[in-house]
Amino acid sequence: MFSKRKITVICLAVSIALFAEGCKKKVPVPPPPPPPAPAPAPAVAPPSAPVVGQFTAEPSTIQRGQSATLRWEVSGEAASVSINNGIGTVRSTGSQQVSPTSSTTYTLTATGPGGSITSSATVSVVVPPPPAPPPPPPPPAIAPKGTLPDRVTSDIQDAFYDYDKSDIRGDARDALTRDAAALKAILADFPNASIVVEGHCDERGSAEYNLGLGEARARAAMEFLVSLGVPAERLQTKSWGKERPQCTESTEECWQKNRRAHFSSGQ
Amino acid sequence: MKRLVWITGAAAATLAVLMAQSDFHGVILGNGSLPALAVPDFRGDGQAQSFMEVFNKTLWTDLAGSGLFKMVAKGSYPLAIPQQLTDFKMAPPAGSTPVRRGQAPPTGGGLWMSDWSSPPAQANYVTVGYSAVQNSLFVLRGWLVDLSIPDPANAGALAKTYIESLDEAGARKAAHEFASDILERFGAKSLFGTHIYFVHRTGSLKAPVAEIWSMDPDGKNQKPITRYNAVSDFPAASPDGSKVAFTSWVRGNPGIFVFSVDPVRDLRFYNQRGAAVTASPSFTPDGKQIVFESSVSGCCGIFIANVDGSGVHPITTGRVIDAEPKVNPKTGSEIAFSSGRSGPEQIYRMNIDGTDVERLTDGTGEASNPSWHPDGQFLAYAWTRGYMAGAFNIFVMNVARRDYLQLTHSEGKNENPSWAPDGKHIVFMSDRTGRPQIWSMLADGSQQQQLTSEGSNLHPVWSK
Repeated sequence: MFSKRKITVICLAVSIALFAEGCKKKVPVPPPPPPPAPAPAPAVAPPSAPVVGQFTAEPSTIQRGQSATLRWEVSGEAASVSINNGIGTVRSTGSQQVSPTSSTTYTLTATGPGGSITSSATVSVVVPPPPAPPPPPPPPAIAPKGTLPDRVTSDIQDAFYDYDKSDIRGDARDALTRDAAALKAILADFPNASIVVEGHCDERGSAEYNLGLGEARARAAMEFLVSLGVPAERLQTKSWGKERPQCTESTEECWQKNRRAHFSSGQ
Repeated sequence: MKRLVWITGAAAATLAVLMAQSDFHGVILGNGSLPALAVPDFRGDGQAQSFMEVFNKTLWTDLAGSGLFKMVAKGSYPLAIPQQLTDFKMAPPAGSTPVRRGQAPPTGGGLWMSDWSSPPAQANYVTVGYSAVQNSLFVLRGWLVDLSIPDPANAGALAKTYIESLDEAGARKAAHEFASDILERFGAKSLFGTHIYFVHRTGSLKAPVAEIWSMDPDGKNQKPITRYNAVSDFPAASPDGSKVAFTSWVRGNPGIFVFSVDPVRDLRFYNQRGAAVTASPSFTPDGKQIVFESSVSGCCGIFIANVDGSGVHPITTGRVIDAEPKVNPKTGSEIAFSSGRSGPEQIYRMNIDGTDVERLTDGTGEASNPSWHPDGQFLAYAWTRGYMAGAFNIFVMNVARRDYLQLTHSEGKNENPSWAPDGKHIVFMSDRTGRPQIWSMLADGSQQQQLTSEGSNLHPVWSK
């Protein structure tokens, strides 16, 4: 097995090797020396070296992802013109779009019978600031919200009444006190909603009389809720009399179920 | 001792009932001496015969239901049934044929008028007639024969021909018209041509649908007036029969609607804003105003307004529940209504300006649904007196004397009485068959007849 020390040494060596490799990449290899010029033809004036009239990057500074245009113009006798960084041989005059991902210096080499000449142009790449993060998701509701009718059905209890009475008795007081808290929460969650306080009656007595009794029950419940701080303008009453019973048996159990204030969502 | 008290109590109760009943003779109970009427089945020629069962049934029901006659049972009729007035033969003068002891007196087998006027029939009148098809129409010839007149040639109290469509509706119409003419001969008005408005309920418990419907007094021609697919209730008819007012939840809270009935059209009653309940309308006798219950100043007071909803003003305060206002049709100056002002619902009366409120029922049980007799002296109403809460029966009260008569006797719940225009019939709701249905009866509680059977039907009101 390797000792701890040996491992450290190996790691260090590998790191240096990698680092060296990294450095090599960053510093472009100098272009290979131009091939030797052919033997000059006798009795011919010695050729002049090519001249780089222009080699520019426009714009010289770009944001990452944008592109810049390299333009060049080589005059004089040039046997070959090339640009490094993957562009390769080009014509003596031209332009080329480049989209480097990091700042890059392009070197143009013009070689002619009279020798070679180089010129460089640098495209600086600015890394843009990171885009703004997406807005944070809404904080999760403490209770699942549901629709308004669902909330009214699940959170609000009926209040029950004595026969032929609209007084708020003890159990109705408790129910309506809990309802007041739930109603305030619902009305806060649904700022445009209103709540209908429905008054219902059992089958005894005339339907016409029960219409009045249902309204009296709905009003009594509403007034109690308002006294507990439920905004009156968000509540409305509606008497159903004995038109919409929960059950139809002629027993006290069924009658009690029907003598109630019930809540529904308004428009 | 106990037994003596019981007997004394029972005797007093019986006496009270007898005394109470005596106050209703004449208008409600009749005077006891009704003409005996024999109504043998008519026959039809050829195709007309297929509609005679409907005709005979309708004619019998109309005449029996009128309460004007003692109907002679068909089993006591002679064997030969005359088909027209000329079929009657003059009976030989009495004593012309000697009758020996032990031998039945001579008869005409039905063709002598004395065959009908003597036992077992003992009729005062008999109807005869027949039908035939003529030019594809149902033609009925009918006579009312007065058996007190010896010569058949002069005994035709009524001789009429009715030409109707050749179908059951035509046969039924001929029967209604013939019955109507017979009633008119006795100074009474037929209910044929009047209408009953009522509430037809369908849908489920959670999503009930109630529409205003109309039908003929015999339960035929049932058809909807409203098609709101919502809950509409409490119809009231205008005195001339041209309008029906009712309450509907179709726009949310209960509000009043006034419709013309022929053609059916919304006449646009204006409901006051801010009243959660505007309901239970009924017309004043001039048909120009409506009284109703409203929660505009508390729940629920009685208000009066013009028939378009304008000119509203209160009659009662709304500090207690007042409901079902009904203006006396004769005087137009007093209102009967139900109220919880003294505890459970009772019937009250007051002047139309809200003064002189008096309770009419004695405070026992619950009393509701007041309906004025056309003469303004009697009220029909529903009362639980003598039964458990909610178990209503129909009663009639003589308003001036406060005595009353019970018309139904605990056959289910019996509510919503409404007087017919003739002042002799009452239409009401009974659930004795298991579901609320509409029934009619004579004002003495006899001749109870079921008019509806589909779905649930309630709150009938008898219109002109």
